[in-house]
Amino acid sequence: MSEGKETPILEMVGIGKRFGGVTALTGIDFDLRRGEVHGLVGENGAGKSTLMKIIAGVHHGYDGEMRIDGQPVHFRSARDALAAGIGMVHQELSIVPQLSVAENVFLGVQPTNGLGVVSWGRMKREAREHLQLLGIDIDPSRETGTLPIGMQQLIEIGRVLFSGARIVILDEPTSALSPPEVKHLFEVLGRLKAKGTTFVFISHFLEDILEVSDRVTVFRNSRKVATVDAASVDKAWVIEQMIGAGHHELADAMLGEIRLESPKGAPVVFSARGLSRPRSFADVSFDVKAGEVVGLYGFMGSGQTELARALMGKARLHGGTVSMGGQEIRLRSTADAKKAGIALVPESRRAMLFTHEPVYKNISISILERISRLLLKPAEERRIAQGHVDALRIRPFSVEPEVRKLSGGNQQKVALARWLTHLPRLLVLSEPTKGMDVGAKDDVVKIVKGLKEKGVAVVVASAEPETVLTMADRILVMRKGQIAQEFAERGVSKDQLLAAA
Amino acid sequence: MNADVASAAGREGGSIGRWVAGRLTNLAPLVTLLFLVLVFSLMAPSFATLDNLGNIMRQVSITAIIATGLTFVILTAEIDLSVASIANAVGIVVAYFTLQETYVNIANVPMPGAVAILFALLAAFALGTVNAVGVTVIGIPSFIMTLAMMQIGAGISALLVRGQIAYAIPDPVRFLGSGMMGPFPSIVVVACLFLLVGHLVLTYTRFGRYVYMVGGNREAAEFSGVNVKLVIAAVMIISAVCCGVAGMLGVAYYGSAQQNEFDDYLLDSIAAVVVGGTSLFGGQGGIPNTILGLLVLGVLNNGLDHIDIDSFLKVLIRGLILLLALIINVYAQRLRNRAA
Ligand SMILES: Nc1ncnc2c1ncn2[C@@H]1O[C@H](COP(=O)(O)OP(=O)(O)OP(=O)(O)O)[C@@H](O)[C@H]1O
Ligand SMILES: [Mg+2]
Repeated sequence: MSEGKETPILEMVGIGKRFGGVTALTGIDFDLRRGEVHGLVGENGAGKSTLMKIIAGVHHGYDGEMRIDGQPVHFRSARDALAAGIGMVHQELSIVPQLSVAENVFLGVQPTNGLGVVSWGRMKREAREHLQLLGIDIDPSRETGTLPIGMQQLIEIGRVLFSGARIVILDEPTSALSPPEVKHLFEVLGRLKAKGTTFVFISHFLEDILEVSDRVTVFRNSRKVATVDAASVDKAWVIEQMIGAGHHELADAMLGEIRLESPKGAPVVFSARGLSRPRSFADVSFDVKAGEVVGLYGFMGSGQTELARALMGKARLHGGTVSMGGQEIRLRSTADAKKAGIALVPESRRAMLFTHEPVYKNISISILERISRLLLKPAEERRIAQGHVDALRIRPFSVEPEVRKLSGGNQQKVALARWLTHLPRLLVLSEPTKGMDVGAKDDVVKIVKGLKEKGVAVVVASAEPETVLTMADRILVMRKGQIAQEFAERGVSKDQLLAAA
Repeated sequence: MNADVASAAGREGGSIGRWVAGRLTNLAPLVTLLFLVLVFSLMAPSFATLDNLGNIMRQVSITAIIATGLTFVILTAEIDLSVASIANAVGIVVAYFTLQETYVNIANVPMPGAVAILFALLAAFALGTVNAVGVTVIGIPSFIMTLAMMQIGAGISALLVRGQIAYAIPDPVRFLGSGMMGPFPSIVVVACLFLLVGHLVLTYTRFGRYVYMVGGNREAAEFSGVNVKLVIAAVMIISAVCCGVAGMLGVAYYGSAQQNEFDDYLLDSIAAVVVGGTSLFGGQGGIPNTILGLLVLGVLNNGLDHIDIDSFLKVLIRGLILLLALIINVYAQRLRNRAA
């Protein structure tokens, strides 16, 4: 097939997919050129992951046709797709937390010696080499579940990138990474691309998409609206295609300075003194006032996610004191923390959602003791949950579907909604906009503003500068487990923040 | 049959296929049950009679009481291997505190009936508490902790009866275990009551919701501020108390208290819960599933006695049918999870 125009490595024609009553994809035509990076963007629930799961053999009941190298194919399983050279990093981590790093890198394809025995030495050596290419240097025999979530994400990416797949699908691979890791990842993509690997890259970070992609496809409401050369468009255009005209403010890049200002004269709600936990953070002290949003910024592994967990009583503090409203409290369990008025939305969806339970049970779980003493009141639970579903625009607009049927970004909103009925005194948000589209991120910013007005003390921990910059009144930069710098009552730019981290 | 259902579920447009796949965990044991009833009815005329129905109900009653508590435990993704052993020990405790005939050579400590029953229930509660503390405070996996408790229970039983057999038990226990309430055997009524209360607690109370949520995703429950350890401690104690009641009534049912009397109940109760479709990974299933499982087990055990086959072969057949039911169950669960 060497006529003028090259056959696309993958071609999809008229793809349609329904889940019961929900239409996830309608009449999608999509193709990949050999050796390109193809960016895929669209609102939460637009159908991005669904289309990719069809390519990767996860969903096999669909309409339309898929061709690889011009040959029609219909995968029945992920194994089929893998055999055809297609690998996918899913939005939800699928690493096995109990296994070692090396075992996860080689999950399912362990190198064996002549006798079919797994050769551990080789496995560890190669795992280490692979991960070093991604810029991380860790002991491959460590238990994966003990690593920060971003590190787990990189391990999973490593597994697929170095599996030898010719088509690699990355579904929001950078959602838990900080700028240095993202940069490394892009370098590796560039190298593999030069060797002929084809990539699909899904992300809600539109600048990233425009930077790494050759072509960009925009999805909207189960349909494809455009496929264009990335070099020919800008962020504002992409947003307009995604959600319609009239959202210029969403496109503003954070290049200028943000003015930080804390509420004056408000009482201190929460204070931490000399908090420490070996290998995570040391000697951390800070206060949060009523109606103040404190940003905890740091690169991946700087300790801010562990600190957030410790504040909820999920990770033990080995030193230091914590007090609420001047009263010293002890955080032996999450139940203790909750009683003291502390709430946390952790960065990992797996850690906070009951995927096989309906939306309303996921929302009501944290307030059950307020709704009912002994007997449940499902009608009340549904009513409250429906209020959040409407306010946060969670799609579908129903409280009944099991959470696993929601798109990634909508799942994140469900987790947040859990704490919005009876407001905590201190709300800790760890990577609160992870996996959310531009519109949804804006919604979260508005929710946090609303919480401020109601006097809630908020801590926003993130490795992503925009998240902290758009929400915080004061920013603490963490580096190697310690607070390295504080930005308060002054202007600060993204560059200054990155320089401090 | 499996392949058909699978492909129907795969064509995700086929709404009947999806409906079936979604409910397969409940349908699979039901189909197994109907199948067994049909086969036994055809093979043995004595099987499908009202009398025999009564037999089956009585035969599963003790298992039912144990399985009620065990359902709570398994729903939280824990396990209790000490159920039979606790039942045995508590049954012996109640006999130990009851005046025995002179020919029974046991150093027993006679008490009024109500006190003996209270002591027995306290013993069950205490053993459950030891399990609970081991699992939640010390952090021993429930599999190991209850394995140790299995030995402890056996030890208590051995010490108290020293190889002898005790017969006397308090009257209320005798009535509930071997008496009649009108036309119904009281043990069946008690078993139904346990299942009913268990079901109501799991479905309509806040505690019941926590049980499901802890089993569904323990970490998420913790992050929601649920006191996970307290919930797990509670289910371990509930299980032990159910076993205690089953043990006392069992002594009445069999008419004697002795060592190793309940050994078969460990496997039977776990099988009833799991064959019924409650997931060993927690969070899915419930008492209705357990009831189905109990009936499958009861029909199987009873039916095999009605047909004319080598009695040594029966054990093997029973094992094979249970295995088959479990396999169907696992596939059903997989399909359910796949069906959108
Ligand atoms: N297994 C499922 N069962 C039912 N509905 C589903 C299932 N998977 C996805 N959907 C629905 O299909 C639609 C598309 O979901 P998809 O996950 O593809 O969105 P997405 O573009 O990846 O969004 P996000 O950016 O939030 O990840 C959503 O409305 C979602 O609720
Ligand atoms: Mg997605």
